[in-house]
Amino acid sequence: MSSTTVGSKQSGFSFGEYIVCLNGIVWREALRFLHQRERFISALVRPLVWLFIFAAGFRQVLGISIIPPYETYILYEVYIAPGLMAMIQLFNGMQSSLSMVYDREMGNMRTLLVSPLPRGYLLFCKLLAGTAVSLLQVYAFLLIAWFWDITPPTIGYLTVLPALILSGLMMGAMGMLISSGIKQLENFAGVMNFVIFPMFFASSALYPLWRVQEGSPMLYYVCQWNPFTHAVELIRFALYGQVNWISLAVVAGCTLVFMVGAIFAYDPSRGLARRGPAGGET
Amino acid sequence: MMPSDAPAAVASSGPDSPARPDVAAIPALSISGISHSYGARRALIDIDFTVAPASFTALLGLNGAGKSTLFSLVTRLFGIQSGHISIFGHDITRTPGEALRLLGVVFQPRTLDLDLSLMQNLLYHAALHGIGRRDARARAEEVLARIALADRSASKVRDLSGGQMRRLEIARALLHRPRLLLLDEATVGLDVKARSDILSHVRQLVAEQGIGVLWATHLFDEIGTGDNLVILHQGRMLANGNVSDVLSQANAQDVNSAFMRLTGAQSQSLTP
Repeated sequence: MSSTTVGSKQSGFSFGEYIVCLNGIVWREALRFLHQRERFISALVRPLVWLFIFAAGFRQVLGISIIPPYETYILYEVYIAPGLMAMIQLFNGMQSSLSMVYDREMGNMRTLLVSPLPRGYLLFCKLLAGTAVSLLQVYAFLLIAWFWDITPPTIGYLTVLPALILSGLMMGAMGMLISSGIKQLENFAGVMNFVIFPMFFASSALYPLWRVQEGSPMLYYVCQWNPFTHAVELIRFALYGQVNWISLAVVAGCTLVFMVGAIFAYDPSRGLARRGPAGGET
Repeated sequence: MMPSDAPAAVASSGPDSPARPDVAAIPALSISGISHSYGARRALIDIDFTVAPASFTALLGLNGAGKSTLFSLVTRLFGIQSGHISIFGHDITRTPGEALRLLGVVFQPRTLDLDLSLMQNLLYHAALHGIGRRDARARAEEVLARIALADRSASKVRDLSGGQMRRLEIARALLHRPRLLLLDEATVGLDVKARSDILSHVRQLVAEQGIGVLWATHLFDEIGTGDNLVILHQGRMLANGNVSDVLSQANAQDVNSAFMRLTGAQSQSLTP
């Protein structure tokens, strides 16, 4: 074959080229994020509404006993903070996937996918870029929450970072997998109703699972099978410098499964090919 | 299968050209036995043609003829169902990386980030091809100067005219110095002046840099007498060869009447 090809000075790609590509994708995502100030503000307002209004009202109804990782009685606001951090990432992951559907319609996804680098790597870079954006949002939330007396140990701000990266990747990969099956933007409202809300409410984000078990054993099992529960618990423990090994295993496993699924779905010989012509062109 | 007028002078192409005399015989793009269906509907049926380096090949067909499907296959947006596609001998299924390195594409829908600047759009594209920041900036300045937009490099793309955006997309597609350029209806929605500017710019790339061009269009007046011509109609290839050969084969005076004759003069509107 080598005698009948042109331009094959090198085959494969150097480590430097992979890094340049990753930087470029993250840099573009950050630039776009900065240009969408409303997106940042709404990403911040959503959890703050829960914190300032919902938690304040709920505080009297729901007493929290001492459960790990907490060592003292805590206010309800303190309990739901990790759940709200995970919620930020859940919305961000879904919004990144919304932008992929949008990109695909606008053709930007096409420029990404004709890059010569391996497609799986390109999608992974896209996921990392989305996760980086979610980290900005979560830390901005933590800063505001600090003034609301949600003050985890200082080291917690550092130890929560790896947990946030992993859970951000999981949410992003899940969104990407879902986006590969969506043809039009309109369908995304359905995703909000059928994915985001059930995942958020059937989890330990708003109430400890032992409380759920008292009320409905059935719901308790649903919550335990919900990957979002484990993302919340992973973040909750990491924020207090601890590791919840079961949650870590579940989140890591789900990340892997969703990511492989998304890469498979965006493989030209499978996912996109089944969709037919984009935008009605042929 | 090679067009009879495959250029022998590829070696005299631009300074960055990797082309050598002994590789001039390798087609820039080779499409063989390509068929594609969307469910029961057959979009492409047994397509076979090549694009030589330093040549301009027009892919002529009405909307719905299968041009965009063919582009989606060459750019790996869809998987190939049957047949083979290779770019300078690199099979796009087996060695996609090598093939895509040599390919530049201008898609029919606009694919620029409107809120980013011209320079930022170019740097992003360079990064997707693994081109480091310093080199990318130098290349971007070079291509912006060539399309006379150097002084606009910090402006938002949103502020450009339609013709300027197209020129920017072509410049972007050339940033990684491909040897094959695909343009899908690149002049759609542009005024007469912008159309002819873009067409002559692309023809200049063929003549000066030895780039092989596949130009999809439904406009007859964009096709020159020296071009190669592939006519697609309802997923079938009706003609393939030098324009003058196609004309004599169809016993026609111009491309318009050749197209009418070959397609059986369907009642669609054919006005450009």
